Amino acid sequence: MMKKRTAWILLGFLSTVVAFAPLPAQSAAPQTRTFKLDARQFAYSPSELKVNAGDTVTIQLVSADVVHGLYVDGYDISVEADPGQSATLTFVAARSGSFRFRCNVTCGAMHPFMIGKLTVGANDWFYRSIGLASFVVVGFFPLSSFLNQRKKKDERDIAF
Amino acid sequence: MNRIELTCNPFIKSALKNRYPQLAVFIVMLIGYIFAILAGLIGTPVGSHNFSIVFVWIAWWAILILVAVPFFGRGWCAVCPIPLPGEWLQRGAVLAPPEKKPTWLNLRVPKVFRNIWLQNISFLLLALFSSVLLTTPNITGIVLAAMLFAAIGLSTIFERRAFCRYLCPVGGFIGLYSQTAPIELRIKDKQVCVKCEGKPCYNGSSAGYGCPWDVFPGGLTKNTYCGLCMECIRTCPHDNIAVNLRPFSADLARPSTRMDEAFKAFIMLGSAMIYAGVLLGPWGALKDAAYNVGSSAWFIYAAVFLAIIFGVLPGLFTVAVYLPIAFAPRNHVTTRSKSLRQRFAQFSNSLIPLGLMFWVAFSLSFVLTNASYILGALSDPLGLGWNLFGTANAAWQPMLTSILAPAQTLALVGGLIWSARTAQKAANEVKVSPTPVILYCFIATSLMLWLLL
Ligand code: SF4
Ligand code: SF4
Ligand code: SF4
Ligand SMILES: [Cu+2]
Repeated sequence: MMKKRTAWILLGFLSTVVAFAPLPAQSAAPQTRTFKLDARQFAYSPSELKVNAGDTVTIQLVSADVVHGLYVDGYDISVEADPGQSATLTFVAARSGSFRFRCNVTCGAMHPFMIGKLTVGANDWFYRSIGLASFVVVGFFPLSSFLNQRKKKDERDIAF
Repeated sequence: MNRIELTCNPFIKSALKNRYPQLAVFIVMLIGYIFAILAGLIGTPVGSHNFSIVFVWIAWWAILILVAVPFFGRGWCAVCPIPLPGEWLQRGAVLAPPEKKPTWLNLRVPKVFRNIWLQNISFLLLALFSSVLLTTPNITGIVLAAMLFAAIGLSTIFERRAFCRYLCPVGGFIGLYSQTAPIELRIKDKQVCVKCEGKPCYNGSSAGYGCPWDVFPGGLTKNTYCGLCMECIRTCPHDNIAVNLRPFSADLARPSTRMDEAFKAFIMLGSAMIYAGVLLGPWGALKDAAYNVGSSAWFIYAAVFLAIIFGVLPGLFTVAVYLPIAFAPRNHVTTRSKSLRQRFAQFSNSLIPLGLMFWVAFSLSFVLTNASYILGALSDPLGLGWNLFGTANAAWQPMLTSILAPAQTLALVGGLIWSARTAQKAANEVKVSPTPVILYCFIATSLMLWLLL
């Protein structure tokens, strides 16, 4: 019982490390980037943008059909473009990670799913999550089956 | 095992046994349901401002998948309005059994249909049209009405709740995932049932109806098909029915070996992944294909959808299940005695917690982003410019965006641990290695993380 608890605590501790340990800051010099984004029902093109943390990002939103908007999750900023017109949104990409941007002007049926993706720097949280998942699989299961086997000798003949 | 009987509490017990509290909830639900149908049919065609879309696909869905199913299992079915009109008609009463029973056909459902394949099919049908269903009030209204009328029709032809047991597209997965819930309805003492004459819990009595879900409460070992309708609490003359608090996923300790249930697990796992990619991903072409029902792109989308669910996912899983058997020592007793088919079905139970958490992670994103529509739809349910509560013009604003990604990771990695443990227990029973199945779960989880984060 004691062993099992120790194993759990160890696992919890290491998971916290994987999830929150600070990474060395990436040191790309901040740039100014401009993207021209076409919006039509119900997609942006390009729909995936990549910038470095600290970059000054300008998005020029051009609407092809009806009024469309662009709202960036996590940054809580937005812009709207009338049909055939363009509108500009400029911001400093200070927060790193991956953020959805989405239309915030009702533009038709699939409007709630008109979504694009902005990645600032590396998508750290994704890699950390994969880290956590692999950790769970590699770290915990051999450990627990080791504890189990010590408990029940007759399970030694587990196949594979 | 460690269970706490909730029905020990006299207040809980009488609240469940008495028909009036349930009836009050039923009436509210039924009014809401009929209003959703009407709103869908006559309200604004703009989904995000129509009660039917906002309350069914955002509010109800959020409550169902984030709260009701994980914590209360079939709790939703206990208050669901869909089968009620049919059931009342079939019974000839709204409350306790009447003196004179109405004479409907009361047929038994043919044996070929007494499984959840029809539910698998009905779910897939809705799933293939989901982009239209989710966004078009008209279609949502029609589908809700169709379910209501199908339930009424089946009640007049077949005995008990044939719609719930064999056709409801929602009921199938609620049943599957209800096995993970920390709540159950079970008998207290087997011996009492053995001696019980007439088995009123199944056959009915003047106190109540025989189990509407066509299960014998005395034989319950899992939540899947008990609709928590509380009828057996009312009919059991020996006070032998209990509602218990229990450990999560207790039912999965005794894995089912049914193929229809196994495929339900794949259908749900696959749909969650496909939706995460199509609806929440940045790929416009996929959305177009999913939305333009009838176009050639849609047929390709549908074919890929079905191929993933019936080909790729179960195919790879078969490999994962087969590996440990293939490498088992010749003298390994239990390993070879069971067919691959049975083993496949048995291990597919490990995908149940994973699938549930995939849906939780997917829904978190969808629901938190769109929850602010609820305020608007509350004040102006038909999109006609009303402002009942002064919230009609509430601005759209995603909620809790900063904790969304961590919450999704927590759900997905938690689901992975939960599934891996389930696989490990199943593997211990039959003494094979769970590693390939766990690896399968890991790959699926990584894919889902990639799609959502
Ligand atoms: S099975 Fe379907 S119709 Fe029946 S109670 Fe459950 S959700 Fe409602
Ligand atoms: S009525 Fe009660 S005691 Fe009799 S079989 Fe049903 S649950 Fe058991
Ligand atoms: S009668 Fe009892 S066993 Fe049957 S569905 Fe209702 S609550 Fe479940
Ligand atoms: Cu839009």
